[in-house]
Amino acid sequence: MSQDPLEGCRISAGKKSAVSLGKALHPPNLLVVVEGTCGACVAASPVSAPEGSCSYNVAHHHLCVCVRVCMAWQGLQKGETLASLKQESENLRRKLEEERGKLTDVELHQVAEKVETVAALSIKTRRVLKGHGNKVLSMDWCKDKRRLVSSSQDGKVIVWDAFTLNKEHGITLPCTWVMACAYAPSGCAVACGGLDNKCSVVPLSLDRNENVTAKKKSVAMHTNYVSGCSFTNSDMQLLTSSGDGTCALWDVESGQLLQSFHGHTADVLSLDLAPSETGNTFVSGGCDMKANVWDMRSGQNIQSFDNHQSDINCVKYYPSGDAFASASDDATCRFYDLRADREVAVYQKDSIIFGASSVDFSLSGRLLFAGYNDYTINVWDVLKGTRVSVLFGHENRVSRVRVSPDGTALCSASWDNTLRVSRT
Amino acid sequence: MEIPGGARGTPPPHPLSLRKMEDIVTRIQDEKAGGVAIRTVKSFLSKIPSVVSGADIVQWLMKNLSIEDPAEAIHLGSLIAAHGYIFPINDHVLTLKDDGTLYRFQSPYFWPSNCWEPENTDYAIYLCKRTMQNKARLELADYEAENLARLQRAFARKWEFIFMQAEAQVKIDRKKDKAERKILDSQERAFWDVHRPVPGCVNTTEMDIRKCRREKNPHRVKKSVYGVPDDGQSQPSPVHVSSQPARKPTREDVQKEITFLNTQLDRHCMKVSKVADSLMTYTEQFLEYDPFVSAVDPSIPWITDDTTFWDLEASREPSQQRVKKWGFSLEEALKDPAGRDQFLKFLESEFSSENLRFWLAVQDMKRRPHQEVSSRAQEIWQEFLAEGAPSSINLDSHSYERTSQNLKDPGRYSYEDAQDHIFQLMKSDSYARFLRSNIYQDLLLARKKVSYTHTPRSLICTALTHSSRFTGQSTFLPSPMVMSFG
Repeated sequence: MSQDPLEGCRISAGKKSAVSLGKALHPPNLLVVVEGTCGACVAASPVSAPEGSCSYNVAHHHLCVCVRVCMAWQGLQKGETLASLKQESENLRRKLEEERGKLTDVELHQVAEKVETVAALSIKTRRVLKGHGNKVLSMDWCKDKRRLVSSSQDGKVIVWDAFTLNKEHGITLPCTWVMACAYAPSGCAVACGGLDNKCSVVPLSLDRNENVTAKKKSVAMHTNYVSGCSFTNSDMQLLTSSGDGTCALWDVESGQLLQSFHGHTADVLSLDLAPSETGNTFVSGGCDMKANVWDMRSGQNIQSFDNHQSDINCVKYYPSGDAFASASDDATCRFYDLRADREVAVYQKDSIIFGASSVDFSLSGRLLFAGYNDYTINVWDVLKGTRVSVLFGHENRVSRVRVSPDGTALCSASWDNTLRVSRT
Repeated sequence: MEIPGGARGTPPPHPLSLRKMEDIVTRIQDEKAGGVAIRTVKSFLSKIPSVVSGADIVQWLMKNLSIEDPAEAIHLGSLIAAHGYIFPINDHVLTLKDDGTLYRFQSPYFWPSNCWEPENTDYAIYLCKRTMQNKARLELADYEAENLARLQRAFARKWEFIFMQAEAQVKIDRKKDKAERKILDSQERAFWDVHRPVPGCVNTTEMDIRKCRREKNPHRVKKSVYGVPDDGQSQPSPVHVSSQPARKPTREDVQKEITFLNTQLDRHCMKVSKVADSLMTYTEQFLEYDPFVSAVDPSIPWITDDTTFWDLEASREPSQQRVKKWGFSLEEALKDPAGRDQFLKFLESEFSSENLRFWLAVQDMKRRPHQEVSSRAQEIWQEFLAEGAPSSINLDSHSYERTSQNLKDPGRYSYEDAQDHIFQLMKSDSYARFLRSNIYQDLLLARKKVSYTHTPRSLICTALTHSSRFTGQSTFLPSPMVMSFG
């Protein structure tokens, strides 16, 4: 409770004093230093009240309270200091961990013991897409299950028919490091962005002779690099994540910012939309080691997970939308259930020491494909937590892995300038 | 192993993989703690100091990192070599072989975590001094000779300086003990093999630009390998933009945190056992549809070059297996355009299609460009909710009130409540009846086939190049053409 620190103190009338200080509330953790010259003594001597105690006898001094102390106090309201707030936050965090711990009555892999083991997979590369002149940073499948778009460090974006290996469109951006690209749901446009701090939408023409790059339209504007982009259920809205620490939802036609999402305290590296017809949420992961779930309507952060020990490079929803996985520089992938509000599995091995850059689920959600900076792709059994298979083949980091919309193939993009389409 | 990190919320120094590799090579060299024996090997008339065999390293990796497949150990070992922590004594190409090939460990001075970014002047000095020493083992490889020639052209004006530096280095080297020199020379060579790799080899010093800002040496103070003072002409690397210092959390930040944590504490969560069961059930249900786990019929196009599988999916003649999926949940049924159409057909036969049409209309409205949303919202109100609406839907009074309030300032989410309510209604009522209906059962048991005209993709694309994607039909009937890619 508040106590008047100047209680028991007699302020000499006539002396200038900040007696109003006495009305201010006294926070328990604050060391009160009251300075001033004593009207009786010649030398100025600071008089300090130890923590907690507020009454001190200065009756024999005539004090003029130092304005410095007064100003410091006026900055505080309701008896809360930054320190006490931090303490409260820590307490709540501990309590939350305790509460959640009570609900962890069993581990996922224990429950999954009764599930049949997945048969050994023999996954082979079926297509190698060559044509990029530098590292391939990102790719996305078209809903038609055979076309895909990929983007590279050299500023080029290519639309391929992966089935025939035909390059259908080539777009040149004026910047290097195009880190994000996405195919529109209609299949008639692609979005791309990166070091230019923008995300642009390019309509794809059926006329091969037409210069597609000329029709490029800037939609998203960030104050730092664009790390990821995704169309929502329509060609008309675009969701982006950025190195400026925010995510944003844009109206493609007007370029208007519809909603922005603040909460990450460092670069956001990845985002994924919930796979529901009526869904209004998405998850993002970033360099603050947090994975956040957002409500697209309000811009609010609804859930947060901070289990990783380094940057989260990629987040991806489980097909039912009730869970999601993440890939991190700490060389692990993790699986979180939203209903339990908890991490329910960690996918790691002693021999995997390089960061995981990208993850995606197979159609049923049973398998998790993860691309790593050690040039491999590890296939994990989501429920049992074990590794089912490891794919070699790329000659440099794997930057992105994506399962095709009908689940028939896996595409991996790499710093070795190629993309590979693989399946069993 | 303990991952070095800062306080809560601070990521560890970048990149973690370097720390882990350093931990591994330190352990391998620690013979007392189960490491590999590093020894001197006699070869012809000379001795090769301080080496191990590739096979020994592979063995150690398999044993200590629980690796079952030697191929995996070789791959990891090769990566450790490519980063310069171990190197073959007789090859510029940094890979690990599982045989008697001899390897040496790099001196910690040259480790990548020391943030080396050696300049071309240093490289020139290095190549130059190699040519000065009359030793077979120091002869330049072809690519090195080419590099030297290129550097001589580039640094033509200051070549005298470089030459002098190289001479000075040779003098320093001569003073060292013979065996020590062998080791140091090889380590120096390995250092350059990392920073100026053989053409065709991966340059492991390349960084992901998104992570550059938080490097340990953000200002990239360039230290020279040979003590050459920086003449100030070297450009700062464009990639290394200085990062903003991490913002200290303010009171507002912490207050927000507290509010957030309180909300989380109030949240009702499920037990892990329950969600585990739910995840398992979902996965089991869809396992037969997962082409990576189950065999699919007809065969996968990627293997056989036959696109029948995709043509069938695109056609509106759904297989029994596909029809079965509609029975999993209303969501699944609506996700599939064919399922949507059949459900609508069923509802029309019952004269109760307004609910689904309302739901579809709201979905459509949400996909519109921002400036069209308002007018669409009004149209939906007129069609489904206004007094005397032609396709009047049944909303509870609470949702109705909320919705009409929202319509005062119509937006994309004005109908969220109503849509939710209607969805639940359909789920509990008409959907269940749909699954029992003849329309559905006939398809499920393949008693009848669906007939639709197959719309080719090219037509769909042309129709959609215009910004007003969806043909405005007043009864909000989904057009089959538009729904193909829904």
